[in-house]
Amino acid sequence: MFFINKVVIAGTVLGSIYALGAIGVTLIFGILRFAHFAHGDMMTMGAFFAFLLSLVFYHYGIYFPISAGFVVLPVAMAITAAVALGIDKAVYAPLRRRGARPVTLLIASIGATLMIQGLVRLFFGTGTYSFFDYGEPKTIFRFDMSWAGARPITFTEPQLIMVIVTALLIMILNYFLTGTRLGKAMRAMSDNPDLAQVSGINTQLVVRVTWIIAGALACAAGTMLSLDVSLKPDLAFNIVLPIFAAAIVGGLGQAYGAIAGGFLLGFAETLGVFNWSTILRPMSGALPSWIVIPPDLSLVPTEYKLTVSFVILVATLLWRPTGIFRGAST
Amino acid sequence: MPLIEVRNVVAGYGGAPILNGVDVAIEASDIGVIVGPNGAGKSTTLKAIFGLLRVTSGQVLFEGEEITNSLPDRLVPRGLSFVPQEKNVFTSMSVEENLEMGAFVRRDDFSGTLEEVYAMFPVLKEKRRQPAGELSGGQRQMVAMGRALMSKPRLLMLDEPSAGLSPRYVLEIFEHIVAVNKAGVAILMVEQNARQALAFASRGFVLAQGQNRFTGTGAELIADPEVAKSFLGG
Repeated sequence: MFFINKVVIAGTVLGSIYALGAIGVTLIFGILRFAHFAHGDMMTMGAFFAFLLSLVFYHYGIYFPISAGFVVLPVAMAITAAVALGIDKAVYAPLRRRGARPVTLLIASIGATLMIQGLVRLFFGTGTYSFFDYGEPKTIFRFDMSWAGARPITFTEPQLIMVIVTALLIMILNYFLTGTRLGKAMRAMSDNPDLAQVSGINTQLVVRVTWIIAGALACAAGTMLSLDVSLKPDLAFNIVLPIFAAAIVGGLGQAYGAIAGGFLLGFAETLGVFNWSTILRPMSGALPSWIVIPPDLSLVPTEYKLTVSFVILVATLLWRPTGIFRGAST
Repeated sequence: MPLIEVRNVVAGYGGAPILNGVDVAIEASDIGVIVGPNGAGKSTTLKAIFGLLRVTSGQVLFEGEEITNSLPDRLVPRGLSFVPQEKNVFTSMSVEENLEMGAFVRRDDFSGTLEEVYAMFPVLKEKRRQPAGELSGGQRQMVAMGRALMSKPRLLMLDEPSAGLSPRYVLEIFEHIVAVNKAGVAILMVEQNARQALAFASRGFVLAQGQNRFTGTGAELIADPEVAKSFLGG
């Protein structure tokens, strides 16, 4: 049961966050052909918007049956989407008009990273915040497994809602991409930008929609991450690399690849740091006496969790450079 | 008044101009074919009409109105449509989605046009759920033409529609082009299979080095010994 707690639940939660972040990265790459480095900080920024909105409710002592972070999420997503549009208009659009190369846009996005980080620190300092410091309880569900002679399965209420919200967002995105005119135009532009232009598709509109979706999903991912752990200015900057790894492993430009890559890396990381001796220990009676189960049998120490993503990324680039779903190879 | 008129157009990609004063004019009922040696500026002429490269002097008129340097998202709603020579389908999207993208500029119900395209290319209806990237070269060309027809154009421009196709498909594509024209769509196309294309062209333009060399009906150009000698391989 320890396995379910540490791997299945933690992996699903981490995978959801990676998937939502990676979708944004992969969509931006598909449409605008550059690696949006500031995506992690867009997540952090979104989380702070959700936090600020929640504070309003906490201030008036209004509590909801679910965490306030989820209640305000749609509003925070809208704000983040608007800011993402603003950043595009102020930073990336002028460069695109001058015909800047992707690498120039990449460098610009590193600049945007520094700006967002600076602004967040200006308002919130460097401290750590939590949605649950203001009197709202973090409900913990425990399922008694004593009948199986095991420890209870434990997960928190935010973790449960997080997975539901992720599933919901992915379903909405799927409908948008396969069932609506604009969503199909987005796939068309990612597939063949020249032909999309020739077909009369309004490419400016598609670019705007891309930023709205990427910004909104980044906000959702950031808020969830901060609800699961805590909120700090470098919250998502540290996971921007596994998010890029997830997008590449899934196949750049492929939204479904990003989802698959996100969950793959989420599970791989939690499996990598899982202490296998907890599974072997109950069997120690059955094992020959010369086998001693060491106290820690995890593949990588927790501090090096991120390396798991990189090993998978390197393996993908070596054996299947276009990713699981055959994305762009550039 | 011609449907489309290119008047003394000079255009290029920033360096030395590729078109040095090209004139093309066709009526709404015409099939116009542009032929000429490699590098003559045939494809460039189509791209200049469609706003894909900058016209530095001269004019492009559509139904008498100036459209010089207009971008495709303005031209397609006006009734122009363009089939590029290469990469002319969305490979990861289904055949039907490709056709829907051709109708992107239309806000009305386009299911009637979809049925017309399927009636013209029955094989596409069979394969409408398949990704266009999985089709053969000839079928892809049909998807590309179908996509361009979905906006209900009055002028269809095709850049070497027969390139890379087997002789059987070349004939088939040409037959489709004539059929589209009979349905009331003007055609302006660039062709390497010059003799074959001029045979059904009502207007022919021979370009060389970015300038008009000969202009006439298709039959006139084929009959002209000088054109035949220099541009049609004897």
